[in-house]
Amino acid sequence: MSDPLFAHGVGLAVILIVLVKVVVAFAALLVCTMLMVWFERKVISDMQNRIGPNRAGPYGLLQSLADGTKLFFKEDLLPEKADRFVFRLAPLLAVIPAFLIFAVVPVGGVVTIAHHVVELQVADPPMGILYLLALSSVAVYGVMLAGWSSGSKYPLLGSVRASAQMISYEAALGLTVVTVVLESHSLSTRAIIQSQSHHFWQWNVLRLGIVPFAIFMIASTAEMNRPPFDLAEGESELGGGFNTEYSSLRFALFYLAEFMNTITMSAVAVTLFFGGPDGPGFHVVRWLWPILWFLGKTVAFCYVQVWIRASLPRMRYDQLMDLGWKRLIPLSLGWLLVVAGFIVSVAWGAALFGAGVLAAVLLYQSIRVGRRRRESLAAAMAAAAVPRPRPGGNRQGPVDLRPLAGTGKVGT
Amino acid sequence: MTGSTGVLGALAAHLLGAGGLVLPHLNYSTILPELILLGGMLVILAASALSPRPLPTEVYATATVGLGIASLIASLVLWRDVTSHGAFTAIARSIDVDGFAVFFLVVVSCILIVAPMFAAGYLRREGITGCEYYVLALISGSGAMFMASANDLILIFLGLEILSIPLYVLAGLDHRREASGEAAMKYFVLGAFSSAIFVYGIALTYGATGSTNLAEIGAFLSRNVITSNGVLLGGLALLLVGFAFKVAAVPFHMWTPDVYQGAPTPATGFMAAMAKAGGFAALLRVFVSTFPTLRTSWQPVVWVLAILTLVLGAVVAIVQNDVKRMLAYSSINHAGFVLLGLEAATARGIAGSLYYVFVYSLLVLGSFAVVAAVGGNGDADHDISRYRGLGRRRPVLAVGFAILLLAQAGAPFTTGFFSKFYVVEAAVAAHSYALAVIAMGSAGVAAFFYLRVVFVMFSDVGIAGASDVSRGGGEIARAGAVAAEVREQDATLLGGAGASAVATLVAPAYVAAPELAPEGTPSEPEVSVSPWVTTGLVLCVGATLVFGIWPQPLVDFAHQATLIF
Amino acid sequence: MGGATVVAAATVPDALTFAIAAVICVGGAFGVVLMRSPVHAALSLVATLFGIAVLFVEEDAQFLAAVQVIVYTGAIVVLFLFVIMLLGVDRKERVLADVFKGQRVVALVLGLMVLAEVVLLGRSRWTTGAHSATGSLEGSGSNVAKLGRALFTAYLVPFEVTSALLIVAVVGAVVLARRPDHRPVEPIEEVEVPLVPGPDDDPFGAVGTDEDAGGSTAPDETASTVPEHASSEPEHEPAEVPST
Repeated sequence: MSDPLFAHGVGLAVILIVLVKVVVAFAALLVCTMLMVWFERKVISDMQNRIGPNRAGPYGLLQSLADGTKLFFKEDLLPEKADRFVFRLAPLLAVIPAFLIFAVVPVGGVVTIAHHVVELQVADPPMGILYLLALSSVAVYGVMLAGWSSGSKYPLLGSVRASAQMISYEAALGLTVVTVVLESHSLSTRAIIQSQSHHFWQWNVLRLGIVPFAIFMIASTAEMNRPPFDLAEGESELGGGFNTEYSSLRFALFYLAEFMNTITMSAVAVTLFFGGPDGPGFHVVRWLWPILWFLGKTVAFCYVQVWIRASLPRMRYDQLMDLGWKRLIPLSLGWLLVVAGFIVSVAWGAALFGAGVLAAVLLYQSIRVGRRRRESLAAAMAAAAVPRPRPGGNRQGPVDLRPLAGTGKVGT
Repeated sequence: MTGSTGVLGALAAHLLGAGGLVLPHLNYSTILPELILLGGMLVILAASALSPRPLPTEVYATATVGLGIASLIASLVLWRDVTSHGAFTAIARSIDVDGFAVFFLVVVSCILIVAPMFAAGYLRREGITGCEYYVLALISGSGAMFMASANDLILIFLGLEILSIPLYVLAGLDHRREASGEAAMKYFVLGAFSSAIFVYGIALTYGATGSTNLAEIGAFLSRNVITSNGVLLGGLALLLVGFAFKVAAVPFHMWTPDVYQGAPTPATGFMAAMAKAGGFAALLRVFVSTFPTLRTSWQPVVWVLAILTLVLGAVVAIVQNDVKRMLAYSSINHAGFVLLGLEAATARGIAGSLYYVFVYSLLVLGSFAVVAAVGGNGDADHDISRYRGLGRRRPVLAVGFAILLLAQAGAPFTTGFFSKFYVVEAAVAAHSYALAVIAMGSAGVAAFFYLRVVFVMFSDVGIAGASDVSRGGGEIARAGAVAAEVREQDATLLGGAGASAVATLVAPAYVAAPELAPEGTPSEPEVSVSPWVTTGLVLCVGATLVFGIWPQPLVDFAHQATLIF
Repeated sequence: MGGATVVAAATVPDALTFAIAAVICVGGAFGVVLMRSPVHAALSLVATLFGIAVLFVEEDAQFLAAVQVIVYTGAIVVLFLFVIMLLGVDRKERVLADVFKGQRVVALVLGLMVLAEVVLLGRSRWTTGAHSATGSLEGSGSNVAKLGRALFTAYLVPFEVTSALLIVAVVGAVVLARRPDHRPVEPIEEVEVPLVPGPDDDPFGAVGTDEDAGGSTAPDETASTVPEHASSEPEHEPAEVPST
C-alpha cells in the first residue's frame, strides 16, 4: 500500500525524484490552468456564437498570459478598512489547497527510473482521499477570509454565502467519496484506481450506480463556487462577490485558484469514478498511454464543466440550500447504505434499498407536513395580527433569536 | 459471523479482511432498556413530524410513560438474569450487567415514568406544544443508562454527553422567558467545559494504564506495582472534576442555582433527578470498583468535597426566599449526602448511596412539580410568599408537598429518613466520624428551610419581609444547627441513628416564632393542578410514605445491587 | 511505512519536523489567547490545529491527521469564524481590560501551577516505567485498517452509541434554534433591558421574517472606530445575545 519509492530507504536519488515530481506537477498544473482559462473562454464563445480571444498568439492561446502580465503590473490596492494581514493571507489560502490537492492524483502508471519504482503522482499517502477532503475544507478559508478582511459589505455577504455553501456540500461530497472507498477497500488514490483497472465496467461510475457520480459532480461544482452555484460572486447582487476589493496579483491568485480547482476536481472525478489512467494501451512506450488516457478524460470533464457553466442559470440561494441539505445529503447517505448492503449480499442490498425508499417517503412526507403546518400558522398569524395582552403579565419578552435564526437560514 | 452481528459486522469483516477480526457478539438484551428508550424516541419524533396537525402533549406523555414502563420491565428482566447468573460483561466487555447497573436502570426508568406526568400538566398550561420535552427526556434517560452500565471510560463519556446535552436544551425549552435561555447558555458553556476536563482525565488515565476499559484498568492496577503515578492521579483528579460538576458538588456547583431557577420547573426536577442518577452511577463505579487500589489518594479529596457540599448547600439555602432556588441549593446538600457513601467506599456506603439516589430522584421530581403548580402561569414567580395559606386553599397539595419536604429533611416514616440514616451509618462504620457529624449538622440546618416552607403553607399569616426573614433565618438556623449538632454527636456515638429526625422535631420550635408576622391583605394566586400532575404526585408521595414505613424491599434491593457488583 | 521502521528512523528530519510543528502549535496557542481580534485568534487556532495534524503524521497516524484537519479546521473553526462574522462581534477586544477583578492574577497563578504539574509529570516516570502502556493498535496492516478494526471490536458499543449523540445534537439544535410555532410571536416592547429607543420603534418588530434577520446581519466593519452597527433597525442589535 505504501509508496514503493521509499521501500529501500531514502537516498539522494529518491529525494531528487521526489523533487522532480513536485516541480513537474507544479509547472504542469500552472500551464494547464492558463490553458484552461483559454479553453473555457473559447468554448463558451463558441457556444454563444462568438469568436472569443483570438489576438494573442495562435488562436488566442497566449491570451491568459497577456492577462496575467497585465494584472501583475497593475497597482496593488489595499482598502483602508481592510485587515491587512488577513487580506494578504486570503489569496494564498485559496491557491495553495488548489495546488496541493493535485498531489494525490495519479496521472499515470508506474515507471522505473534508475532502479527506482516511481508512481506517477506526487504522493500516495495511505489516507489519500481524506487528504483531498481535508484540503477542500481548507479552501473555504480563502474565500471566507477574503470577504471578511476586505472590510466591505458585499464581499462579506459573498463570502458568507460561499462558505455556507461549501460547508453544506462538503457533507454530500464526503458521503459519495465514502461509497467509493467502500467499493475500493482503501483510502489511497493509487489503490482506488487499481481497484477499477482493466475493464471499463469496473469503473466506479458503473459499479456504484450512476448516483454517487452525479452527486459528486453536483457537489464538487458547488464546492468550487462555479456556475450554476456561483452565488458567492453573483454580479447582479454583490458586485463581484468575495473578491470585489482585490486587484492586481492577489486578484490573479483567486482567478488562478478557481480555474485550477476546475482542473483538479475534474482529475479527482476521473480518479474516483472513471478509472484514472486506465484504458487500452499499446506495446510501444507503455508508460505514455495511461497518461494520455488520464489527460483525455480530464479534458473531457473540463469540457463538461464549461458546458454546465454555459448552459445553466444561477440558482437562488434557498434552492441551493434545499438541494444540498434536503436532497443530496439524504440521497447520498441512503445510497451509501445501499452500496454497503450490496457489498455484503444481494438480499441485504435489496432490503436496504427498500428501507431507503421507505425512509425517503417518510422524509418527504414530513417535509410536506411541516410546510403545510407553517403555512397554516402564517395564515393564523396574519389573521390575528393584533397585539394581545400577555397572559402571565410578569414574564419578560421572548429572547430575540433572530440573528441566530439568520445563521440557520444561511445554512449552518 | 453470527446473524446478530448483522450487516454492519459482515461489512466490517468484508472490508477489513480476514486478518483475525473477531467481531464481538452483540447481545442486544443487555442494552434493551437503552434501546427501548432510543427506539421509542425515534418513533415519537417521526410521529410528531408526520402527523398533519400537532398532537396534544398528553399523547406524547402517555407514550413516554409507556416507554418508561417498558424499560422498567426490561430492566427487571435483566435483574432476574443477574440474580440467577451473576454479573457479566457483554459486547466486547463494554457493557457491564450487574446489580449496580440494573439498579440504576430501574431508577432511570422510574424517573421516566414519573417525569412526563409533571411535564404534561406544565406544558399544557404554558402552551408549549410539540414532542421536544419528551424526546429529550428519553434520550437523556438512555444516556444515564449507558453511564450506569458502561464498562468503558469512552462509553461513560458518551453517556455523559447524551445525558447532558438534552438537559442543556431542556433548560432553554421555554423561549418566552429570558431566564430560561440564560440558564441553557450557562449550563451549556460550563457543562461543555467540564466535559472537556473529563475527556482530558480519560486521556491521562488511558496514557497511564493503557486501556479505557474499566475492567482492564482494574486488572492492570492490580497486576502492576506503581512507582510514580502522577499521570494516573492527574487523570483521576480530572475525572473527579467532571463528575463533580455533573452532580453539582461544591466547588463545582456554581451553575446549579441559576440553571435550576431559570429552567422550566418540571425540567428542573428532571434535571436534578437524572443528572444525579447518571453522574453518581458512573462516579461510584469508576472510583469504587475500578480504582480501589488508589483509595488512599482519592478518599481525602472526596472527604473535602463532601464536607463543602454538605455545608454550603445547607447554609446558603437558608437565606433563599425563592423556593425554586432554595430547592436548588438543597439539591447540592443532597449531593453531599450521596458523596458520604462514596467516601466510605464500602459495600454499605455504596448501598446507602444507591438508596439515597433512588429516594432523592422521586422526592425532587415531586417537589419541583408542586413548585411548578404553585408558580402559576408564566413560571416566573416562586417567592415563598406565594405559598402562604396553601394549606387552606389546596390542603391536599400542601400536605403532599409537606410530606416531600419533610422527607427531604429526613423526617421519620419517610424514605428520606432511611436514606440519610444509611449513608451516615456507613460513614460511621467507616470511621469517618467528623464527616458523619457534619452531615447530621447540615441535615439539621436543612430541616430549617424545609420546615419554613411547610410552616408558611399551613399558617395563615404572612411573612414580615424578605430581609427580616433572611436575617432572622440565619440566626435561627445557626441555633438550630448547634442544637442539632449537640444532639447528633451523642447520636453518632450511639451509632448515628435517627438524629436528623430529632433535628426535624427540634428545629420547628426555633423556627416558628419570630419570622412570621400577621399581614393584612394577602393576594392569593390561583393554583391549578392537572390530573396528570396529581397522578405523578400520588406516585411520588406514595412511594415516599410506603417505603418510609415499610423500607425493607427497597433497602434489600440496594444492598443486593452492591453485593452482585 | 510500517510503524517499526519509522520509529527506528527517528532521525534529524523527524526531530526537525517535530520542532517546527511544535513551535507552530504553541505559537498558535499563544496567538489564540493574545490576539486582539477574534478573527485573528481563530486563525491562530487554525495554526495550532494544523501543527497537531503534522504531529499526527509524524506519529504515523495519517488518518487522524486528515480527520483533524477535516473536522477541526474545516468545520469547527469555520463555524467559529462564521458566527464571528455574522454576529458582528469581530471588533477588537481590549485585552488589558479586566472583566472580573483579579481574574487575571488568579488565571496566571493557576496556569503556572498547571504548567509546573505538567513539567513534573513529564519528568517523573510513567506508571509502568515505559514510555507508554498503550499498544492495542500495534500489529500488521495500515494505520487506517487498525483503526477500523478497533472500532468494530473493542469500541463497537461506543461507536454505535455515538449515533445517539448525533441525534440528540440535531434535536437539541433544532429545538433551540426554532421559533416556537405554538403562539403568534408577541411584540418585544416589554423587554426590560433598555434597548435603543428608536423613534420608529415598531411594536411588531418581532414579527419579522428570516429574510430581514439576514439583513440585520449586515457586515460590521473591522475598524474599531465604528462604535455600533452602522446598519439598519436599531432594535435588532443590542444585548440579546447572552454574554456569558
